[in-house]
Amino acid sequence: MVDAIHGDFEQKIANDITIEPRDTMPDDYRKTLIRQISQHAHSEIVGMLPEGNWVTRAPSLRRKAVLLAKIQDEGGHGLYLYSAAETLGVTRDELLDQLHSGKAKYSSIFNYPSLTWADMGAIGWLVDGAAIMNQVPLCRASYGPYARAMVRICKEESFHQRQGFEIMHVLAKGTEVQKKMAQDALNRWWWPALMMFGPHDSDSTNTEQSMKWRIKRISNDDLRRKFVDVTVEQTKVLGLTVPDKDLMWNAETGHYDFGAINWAEFWNVVKGNGPCNKQRLEARKAAWQKGEWVREAAMAHAEKRKARKEALVAA
Amino acid sequence: MANETNKLEWPLWEVFIRSKAGLDHKHAGSLHAADAQMAIENARDVYTRRMEGISIWVVESKNIFASDPKEAESLYDPANDKIYRHPTFYNLPDEVKYM
Ligand SMILES: [Fe+2]
Ligand SMILES: [Fe+2]
Repeated sequence: MVDAIHGDFEQKIANDITIEPRDTMPDDYRKTLIRQISQHAHSEIVGMLPEGNWVTRAPSLRRKAVLLAKIQDEGGHGLYLYSAAETLGVTRDELLDQLHSGKAKYSSIFNYPSLTWADMGAIGWLVDGAAIMNQVPLCRASYGPYARAMVRICKEESFHQRQGFEIMHVLAKGTEVQKKMAQDALNRWWWPALMMFGPHDSDSTNTEQSMKWRIKRISNDDLRRKFVDVTVEQTKVLGLTVPDKDLMWNAETGHYDFGAINWAEFWNVVKGNGPCNKQRLEARKAAWQKGEWVREAAMAHAEKRKARKEALVAA
Repeated sequence: MANETNKLEWPLWEVFIRSKAGLDHKHAGSLHAADAQMAIENARDVYTRRMEGISIWVVESKNIFASDPKEAESLYDPANDKIYRHPTFYNLPDEVKYM
């Protein structure tokens, strides 16, 4: 019988038994996980930036409180994921170095600008919506700490998409100008949201191995199709138009057919040439550098407090 | 700048949370903090924002000693052949309705 005690890595994977930090695992599995989990963590904290742009300009106190709560959640998601990566033997500082030096990637969706308030709606609805679609199957990923982090994240994500949809709904049912603003945001975020699922299965080099290791459970194209199917229906409720002239219901497959994705744009943004790549990285680096004295002071303060306590005990 | 920053990294802490009165503290995750007090404050901020807890324990990760998974077989196997420790091992006459 293969269980958590008996059996080696391959047997456990085959029997869907979770791998834990101190279990033996192939080097490539460890490397793949560190890369994927840290990229994911970077995406959470870089993803705070486009929304941070609108905190001081939220149209009401309620919207502002909600936006702040959402952004705070994303910071927490970053923490859960960095912690999961750290169980694989890499340090937090090493991971942040990789982000700051440009060696590590993050989701390229966050290299697009958030130009209007409607973008807060479109991001929550489409970007968080796509993220949830990606993340739900990861709750069953074979690596325990990653799967557990994803469970916590998915629980918190559900309000993110709803608050975004609510913003879109209010705008779409508002004045002509508001409706136009909502449509414009949908036009700009639709295609980048579809790109969030990654290259087509036929072009995705990592998919096959990740599926074998049960890190990934559903392929990029399957997830993307699922996202299109549910989101198109939601768009109808909003009374907005999906910016895709090839979008059509296919009764035979039971899914929507949709137009070709501009992969040249996708790779261009991944390579660093998107509208905000530079700005995002600069903001992250500045936050890290400006926080240095705080990190040092907190450590010095902790040591002082400890010394004072020890002196008190000795006296 | 690269890795010389590592020596400044705040220590890692494991966070345990009691979700409601009467339940055990359960491992929730980990975080970095300069000392125990800060670890508790940070744990409150990240792990109990939605009323997930009423009590927090933090332990510096380096102070946790864990069993070696490679020794799992010798550690836990001896329990395997002692099924008489389970109530289902015993046959009761049908007349006994409740026990
Ligand atoms: Fe998130
Ligand atoms: Fe989110």
